Amino acid sequence: MKKILEVKNLEVSFDTYAGEVQAVRDVSFDLYEGQTLAIVGESGSGKSVTAKSIMRLNPEPPVRYKGGQILLNGENILEKKEKEMQKIRGSHIGMIFQDPMTSLNPTMTVGKQIMEGLKKHQKVKGKEAKEIALKMLRMVQIPNPEKRFNEYPHQFSGGMRQRAMIAIALVCNPQILIADEPTTALDVTIQAQILDLMKDLQNKIKTSIILITHDLGVVADAAQRIVVMYGGKIVEHGTTDQIFYESRHPYTWGLLKSVPRLDIKKENSRLDSIEGTPPDLFSPPKGCPFADRCEYAMEICKKRMPPQFEVGKNHYSACWLNHEQAPKVENPIKRA
Amino acid sequence: MSKNKEVLVKVRNLKKYFEVDKNVYLKAVDDISFDIYRGETLGLVGESGCGKSTTGRTIINIYKADGGSVEFDGIDIYKLKGKQKKEFTKRAQMIFQDPYASLNPRMLVSNIIAEGIDVHNLLKGEERKKRIQELLELVGLNKEHANRFPHEFSGGQRQRIGIARALAVNPEFIVCDEPISALDVSIQAQVVNLLEDLQKKMGLTYLFIAHDLSMVRYISDRIAVMYLGSMMELADSDELYENTLHPYTKALLSAIPIPDPKVQRERQRIVLKGDVPSPINPPKGCKFADRCSMATEKCKMERPNFEEVKPGHYVACHYWREVEKQK
Repeated sequence: MKKILEVKNLEVSFDTYAGEVQAVRDVSFDLYEGQTLAIVGESGSGKSVTAKSIMRLNPEPPVRYKGGQILLNGENILEKKEKEMQKIRGSHIGMIFQDPMTSLNPTMTVGKQIMEGLKKHQKVKGKEAKEIALKMLRMVQIPNPEKRFNEYPHQFSGGMRQRAMIAIALVCNPQILIADEPTTALDVTIQAQILDLMKDLQNKIKTSIILITHDLGVVADAAQRIVVMYGGKIVEHGTTDQIFYESRHPYTWGLLKSVPRLDIKKENSRLDSIEGTPPDLFSPPKGCPFADRCEYAMEICKKRMPPQFEVGKNHYSACWLNHEQAPKVENPIKRA
Repeated sequence: MSKNKEVLVKVRNLKKYFEVDKNVYLKAVDDISFDIYRGETLGLVGESGCGKSTTGRTIINIYKADGGSVEFDGIDIYKLKGKQKKEFTKRAQMIFQDPYASLNPRMLVSNIIAEGIDVHNLLKGEERKKRIQELLELVGLNKEHANRFPHEFSGGQRQRIGIARALAVNPEFIVCDEPISALDVSIQAQVVNLLEDLQKKMGLTYLFIAHDLSMVRYISDRIAVMYLGSMMELADSDELYENTLHPYTKALLSAIPIPDPKVQRERQRIVLKGDVPSPINPPKGCKFADRCSMATEKCKMERPNFEEVKPGHYVACHYWREVEKQK
């Protein structure tokens, strides 16, 4: 498969009055053509900052790119000027956001907003642009597109707005679609519609998707590869099946254990929660960011950040338990 | 679990309409009836706008109902006046969804927690202080936290403060309005465990309002499903999942992705067409008829009754027998 995007050792910090917040620390991953890569993590884990860095949408300042590279077709995005970025955004990379109401322009018709990218990037105008916009509305299955074309976002329901956002993001056939919690604000029946739509479109136009979410159910449904982030770091990285069935990181185990499953009867009386709270990124711990909450933590965990151990084919875990001298700990998740 | 089945809250034909324009009403809660047993957790689920939060607020008299009755432990709460009404607020409390909006940022945590105690004049001075410390420890915070402000706490900790506030007056019944949806996954489990521990310790009764059906199945003894202001189905948790009788419940359950890729890949998803219709002019017949794959003319004309079709299993569908056969 062709590599579309390479993120190498990305370091992103926020300069605030209180000091430097190290939001993303040494993050590396690749995105392949036609693939859906999910970035999973809790609030403050750095998943959104990472995704926005790819679009250079983080405000600079306070955001500072301290190091690393983001290579799109071999070119480093972090070295681009704003003018050059404007050519990339929308044409090479499209993005959809969590809340479609705040990210659509309330004073512009939906049709105009879809045509905006076409006019800017592809110099398509007038009737031709309208034709393409209508085609996009049909593709995202908005009923009655001719009428909807001239309507404003407030006349759309939540699910319809998210469809309109997808149409805007995909109108220039970008290589990459970044979806930042695209279904979090939607009801489950609408979420199912949008997830199906995204899969369907991906098959049709072969876009690669970076899906940012905290919902493990959505990930199980939509992703081929998963990056698990915690405290600004990637703690585990592998295929969906590797992460769900052969995970080698206690944080991933904790996450998987703490969500109840709809299809399984309540057996034990308590959920396995992860005690404690995520680390403070003003002064991130020197060692593993999860060490304080980890029931398997050893001396070394607090002192030194574990490297990415290769624990399977293209499966990496940043946990000292995978070191040859560490005690053997089995994955506590039992699957039927 | 409610073995003795003593009814604590009896809701009959409850209606709550909001006037959105002159003589135009949004029927947020449209004639619903159900019971909540003492000591149980009743889960109330549905999509946004289905009236689940309004139901929660109306049955503890935060909203005044436009019809129907709510009996709490045999007392009609809408007939309460003055002192008695105030007394009732001690017995029924609420935990809110947004732990950022529901705590006054200018108040000390100690005063937030003790607000109920102060309103009801329960404790003073040293005793009050001791009670606050007790409550903080009960919900897993430190007693030193009493002299801080809400902004110094994380979302999960704030939700614990909200729980301590609700517990301060020793209530019997708590309406939990999406208490965990604003929290991170790992923190959700902590708060749910806390709610369960407190229920066991203090014999609390919960109405647990949520849209996360996986968590609702986990925490609830029985589950009620609402759609567009009406009750669609109500049954014991396992019964509802294993023997679903309403097409809407079926679709809702199938739409929830299961965090297990192999299982998820093999599941058949019933994707509902379109959106929830407006509650201002809801369909005349069954409210779900427009989106239902089994709907007939009868469904569009005649609204099905919400009936007990099996012991403890209520459903509002003309064709529940067919749904049952589909399995």
